[in-house]
Amino acid sequence: MKFSEQWLREWVSPALSTQALADQITMAGLEVDAIEPVAGTFSQVVVAEVIEKRPHPDADKLSVCRVDDGSGGSLQVVCGAPNVAEGQKVAFARVGAVLPDEMQIRETRVRGTDSQGMICSSSELGLSEETSQGILELASDAPVGSDFRDWMGLEDVSIEVDLTPNRGDCLSIRGLAREVGVLNQLDITGPSIDAVSPAHEDTFDVRVMDPVRCPRYVGRIIKNVDVSVSSPLWMVERLRRSGLRSIDPVVDITNYVMLELGQPMHAFDRANLTQAIEVRGAKSGETLVLLDGQRVSLSEETLIIADANGPLAIAGVMGGDKSGVNTGTRDIFLESAFFTPLAVAGQARQYGLHTDASHRFERGVDPHLSRTAVERATELLLSITGGEAGPVVEAGDDRHMPSSEPITLHTSRLEQALDTSLANSEVTDILERLGLSVTSRSDGWSVMAPSWRFDIAIEEDLVEEVARIHGYNRLPVRRPAARLALRADQEHRLTLSRLRRQMVDRGYQEAISYSFVSPELQRMLFPDAVSPALANPISNDMSVMRVSLFPGLIKALEYNLNRQQTRIRLFETGLVFQGELDALTQVPMLGAVVSGRRDPEGWAATSQAVDFFDLKGDLENLLALGDSEAWRFEPAEHPALHPGQSARLVHEGTPVGWIGTLHPGKRAELGLKTDAILFEVSLSALTKGRVPSFHPLSRYPEVRRDLALLVDEALPVQALLDCLRDAAGEWLSELRLFDVYHGQGVADGEKSVALGLTWQHPSRTLNDDEINQLVDTIIAQTGERFGARLRR
Amino acid sequence: MDHLPKLVADARAAIADAQDISSLDEVRVRYLGKKGEITSLLKGLGKLPPDERPAAGERINEAKQTLGEELEVRRRALQEAALEARLNAERLDVTLPGRGQSNGGLHPVTRTLERIEGLFTRIGYDVAVGPEIEDDYHNFEALNIPAHHPARGMADTFYFDATRLLRTHTSPVQVRTMRHQQPPIRIVCPGRVYRSDSDLTHTPMFHQVEGLLVDENVSFADLKGTIEDFLHAFFERDDLSVRFRPSYFPFTEPSAEVDIQCVMCGGEGCRVCSHSGWLEIMGCGMVHPEVFRHSGIDASRYTGFAFGMGAERLAMLRYGVNDLRLFFDNDLRFLRQFA
Repeated sequence: MKFSEQWLREWVSPALSTQALADQITMAGLEVDAIEPVAGTFSQVVVAEVIEKRPHPDADKLSVCRVDDGSGGSLQVVCGAPNVAEGQKVAFARVGAVLPDEMQIRETRVRGTDSQGMICSSSELGLSEETSQGILELASDAPVGSDFRDWMGLEDVSIEVDLTPNRGDCLSIRGLAREVGVLNQLDITGPSIDAVSPAHEDTFDVRVMDPVRCPRYVGRIIKNVDVSVSSPLWMVERLRRSGLRSIDPVVDITNYVMLELGQPMHAFDRANLTQAIEVRGAKSGETLVLLDGQRVSLSEETLIIADANGPLAIAGVMGGDKSGVNTGTRDIFLESAFFTPLAVAGQARQYGLHTDASHRFERGVDPHLSRTAVERATELLLSITGGEAGPVVEAGDDRHMPSSEPITLHTSRLEQALDTSLANSEVTDILERLGLSVTSRSDGWSVMAPSWRFDIAIEEDLVEEVARIHGYNRLPVRRPAARLALRADQEHRLTLSRLRRQMVDRGYQEAISYSFVSPELQRMLFPDAVSPALANPISNDMSVMRVSLFPGLIKALEYNLNRQQTRIRLFETGLVFQGELDALTQVPMLGAVVSGRRDPEGWAATSQAVDFFDLKGDLENLLALGDSEAWRFEPAEHPALHPGQSARLVHEGTPVGWIGTLHPGKRAELGLKTDAILFEVSLSALTKGRVPSFHPLSRYPEVRRDLALLVDEALPVQALLDCLRDAAGEWLSELRLFDVYHGQGVADGEKSVALGLTWQHPSRTLNDDEINQLVDTIIAQTGERFGARLRR
Repeated sequence: MDHLPKLVADARAAIADAQDISSLDEVRVRYLGKKGEITSLLKGLGKLPPDERPAAGERINEAKQTLGEELEVRRRALQEAALEARLNAERLDVTLPGRGQSNGGLHPVTRTLERIEGLFTRIGYDVAVGPEIEDDYHNFEALNIPAHHPARGMADTFYFDATRLLRTHTSPVQVRTMRHQQPPIRIVCPGRVYRSDSDLTHTPMFHQVEGLLVDENVSFADLKGTIEDFLHAFFERDDLSVRFRPSYFPFTEPSAEVDIQCVMCGGEGCRVCSHSGWLEIMGCGMVHPEVFRHSGIDASRYTGFAFGMGAERLAMLRYGVNDLRLFFDNDLRFLRQFA
């Protein structure tokens, strides 16, 4: 809501500077967003009269005027505006004047003719953004010679308040004045609004078929209005200072009344109305061409204004194109209604609209304002456009008018809520000035909210009003007290923070990428994945929910590769979304990507690129924070990963993640310059740790045997290790894989796997025979299962 | 026997000539070894007449002891020289960087969230999290924002269908917590939230931390105290001015916006605070009874407060970041600054 400070001060004028006033209302909850002067800075501009106009002897488009600026005598001025005319009152910049763009007015010659000043347009005075076609025409009673700034009241500012949705009552000068009055303990005075006596008896029938959504509809016919006149400058100025453009006198007046009192109104051309006004729900199939020219199909839940020929307007939102006032209009039908917030809520948005009317009705317009507003508009119309008013017609059903119930504010509740006790007189004064009717009770107050306050219904609403007007910053401050109860602590759970720090300590930077990704990228990496798609995405490349952390990590990788980064290690934690909406899982994951150099560039570093085992090592370190033994890496294929370099991560028998090298085909498709290795694992599995459990230390010596086994090159070492562990018996205390060798001495298609086995018995020394027997068993079993042979 | 003095002189020359431990050892063997020249003299004593033997023996032993001592002196000198040489050879340029240093770092938003969580968990709050794809009920209805309420326009919502959406705040976590826990409740809810807004100062995804405290006898004064303490602790400035401005959130009443004295200009007025000297930093209020009703908490017995803030905004102010969009570019040059 944007308003003119001057206009507000006509209603209530506290002894405060503009800034102090703005601060005061901001601190009362009406946040001032901007304060802007209503005109540019200029001086020496006065009201003048054009007393003579002649064509310029040497220029078709110029005229030579004689101007009376009140200083005695007349001045010759060359003017280029087409609308300059004799007898006109104008804004005249005298020689010596300085205009907003620092333009200095001097005596000059224009095409050989002397010119002693300038007749100004509104844009030249910073009164309008648009470059105007002609000079600014002033009212005929403008006093010649008076200072234009003073006469126009240009020492004014437009104040923009960002009103919260609960304060629809402040969407008018009247409402703002009420608030300022309360804050300064001042009474407010608006224009006196009297009923205009009918000059004829013509009425137009109004049938409210839906009184629940339209409890009151007030209308009046005004005949013989002259819509060709211009709105008076004072009105145009007030509209402008409130952010509205002048359209025509009828629209200007309805807008003016809306700004002044808060009642949105509409004027129909009487000639375009047939039989009767109906206020009803739209019927299926009905359409309407709106004022803005768009044709909309009306939905059945939309309340409309119609006549015998069909829809005329969307109630409380926007009028139709055909029924509105136009240049040929003679008689008008004025509408001032109360549509309930629920009747209008969501309707404007449904048609892609947001209007001043819908904005107000959605938030609540004072239901008792309709008639007052009609009288105010009538009075303005008659004085500006002329015409004869008919009787006011009222339709609707009072039983559906909002009624206010008494609300009790308990002194004890107020004290408890604010931790202070306020003087009864202060509380009473605050509530009364806000327009509530207040009755004191022994335990507090019983109040009724005024019709314009849609946000006061329960005791807490009253607590808020009292706190707000008293001032939040004058209320006491304390610290909450609580019992020092210990809370449960799960030692077997690792925290997310610990996992993150492990990644950081291994050299990874944490990334945060958007949870919605490009469907193309996701489909490329996960052809079969299903995840919810946004109905209203910001853009296509942010339109489906990620099924994995991979797309985001790959985008981040790409971003950094394109910025000359040669060593990239990133991780991210967050939810991934899998399945249709009705069978959706939202699973927290931890994922990482590495690419580029293994070591940071340095004098002692290798320049080798990272490979699968670098990332696997980092992942195993992460897993080791919990229970390493619960995890398995199983060779498996994944559409995004290199089929020979990918593994499924299995935790206690459940698949919970993947690790692998980005598929070279995908890499090429993505245009990535280097290999990338990725993993992602479910956080719930990762955070599963263990509580340590002590095993007694053996006092007996360890026995170690090293074996080199020749096996098929394709045999996963994991299988060999599993078999070995089985065969090695219960006293095996350690199993180390210390070499994997291909090459000389080993046949093609085979590899040599070197293992160090350590045994220790808890209560005695193991003898050579026992160990030899175990080694024999190992060789026999691995030989049997995998064809393994001892390498000699 | 007569050549003993020459033998000793030769041996001394040989000791002095020896340049390392092994040549010195050779000298020792040559003269004092089992078959050494001095040792042989001792062995040859038997050939002397008996009356000469004691004196000759004494002279030889004397020479042997002297040479032994000199050998030892020389050995030590050589050892020291060898050590010195080795130390010299092993000299390193200790100003070269060490090997393998590569710390990563937390994202500044995580850093900020963890810090905020820490401040609250240390005084007895728990951390609660929840789903990001939410339903209309938890994101709006239960928070006293019925369908078509103008407040829905305050947050442009990403929808999947008529009832499912990306949460616009972390408040649904508060509702979910209250539905299965009775007071006292003290939680902070950090997490990603989404609004369909994208320009210089808005990203369609950002992070919030909300807090909730519900207990008997909680007042607006408790809220003010908590917020002031938090802001002083977060910015490490006990003299930071904080003000509470009436505002509106459907789920709290009374509601307030919290402003702090601009941390960039100290309240003088600058571009960051739009020359007002104040920065809007968070929203808060007393939990609306309607929210308690939806959550199954007895509003006649309990009261509570809630607050919420944007993590990116706090991170920007704390670390001086001037462009919101940097947070989600994942540019390593940016991320490394917060390691």
